[in-house]
Amino acid sequence: MKTGALFRRGMLHGIPIGLGYLSVSFGFGILAVKSGLSTLQATLISLLNLTSAGQTAGVGVITAGGSLAEMALVQLTINIRYALMALSLSQKLSPRFSLPHRLAAAYGITDEIFGVCAARQEPIEPPYMYGMILVATAGWVSGTFLGAFAGSLLPPRITAALGILLYGMFIAIIIPPAKKHKSILFAVLCAAALSIVCKYALPMLSEGFAVIICGIAASVAAALLFPRKEDAA
Amino acid sequence: MSVAIYIAVMAGVTYLIRALPFGFFQKKIKSQFLRSFLYYIPYTVLSAMTFPAILYSTGSTVTAAVGTGVALILAYFGLPLIVVALAASLAAFLTGLFL
Repeated sequence: MKTGALFRRGMLHGIPIGLGYLSVSFGFGILAVKSGLSTLQATLISLLNLTSAGQTAGVGVITAGGSLAEMALVQLTINIRYALMALSLSQKLSPRFSLPHRLAAAYGITDEIFGVCAARQEPIEPPYMYGMILVATAGWVSGTFLGAFAGSLLPPRITAALGILLYGMFIAIIIPPAKKHKSILFAVLCAAALSIVCKYALPMLSEGFAVIICGIAASVAAALLFPRKEDAA
Repeated sequence: MSVAIYIAVMAGVTYLIRALPFGFFQKKIKSQFLRSFLYYIPYTVLSAMTFPAILYSTGSTVTAAVGTGVALILAYFGLPLIVVALAASLAAFLTGLFL
């Protein structure tokens, strides 16, 4: 297939992702502005990071005045899954994927883009991935801008309710697999319980570090009790 | 500290996490423990981020609790991410009208 056709196909496959991102990043924009960031800062964060959980936690670190080491560790812990996805995806790239292409397309490895690319039968071509990343990023960045900008124009009742948007999405990500696998259910419950303990029993622990400690502890427990047999990433 | 420095660190770390394995690694991780650990990380991190923070996300524990309940139920029935997220928001909003 020609480069243009591949690019257009990638854009087409990216439309549902972009639309989904648009509404969720609206919530991020509101949250960021509520936390004291400017519209420009919020939009810039979305353009440079393209990830919901990492950005939300990152804004938490900024608001709390955490250290840069904490910021780096928080991002490393929350986004380490992208390294796994990148590893897995690197196995199914077409020969056209030279190092510069890999370094450029790496920017756009998100849960959803990985999901769509990993499900394809044929090797992934650079223009296909670029098309998808373009549409997804456009949705993510414009949604953030609108949320950050219009967040202050909307009635407080509505912006308050939109604050739950991202958390609702996180729930939608973790519940279906937890329903299917008791190992994931265990991991999720373990992490939630630890996090609740941290919040109320150890209030001096910053939110970012609490997430790292709870996430790592619960994952170690789950990996020991429920080691994964299959090869899936 | 300047917000720009935070944003630079955040973006730099996030990019390297994606780019280093995508650009340079070709081997597979062999350790079963490590693979299992990495497999669970996204779920535990999202869970730890959500609970109990979600209860403080709307400025009212009551509206947030209703939104959380709606999200849990709809997610249990496997509805799409966007539907779950928007319904949680709507539920919190509607509950707020009665407070």
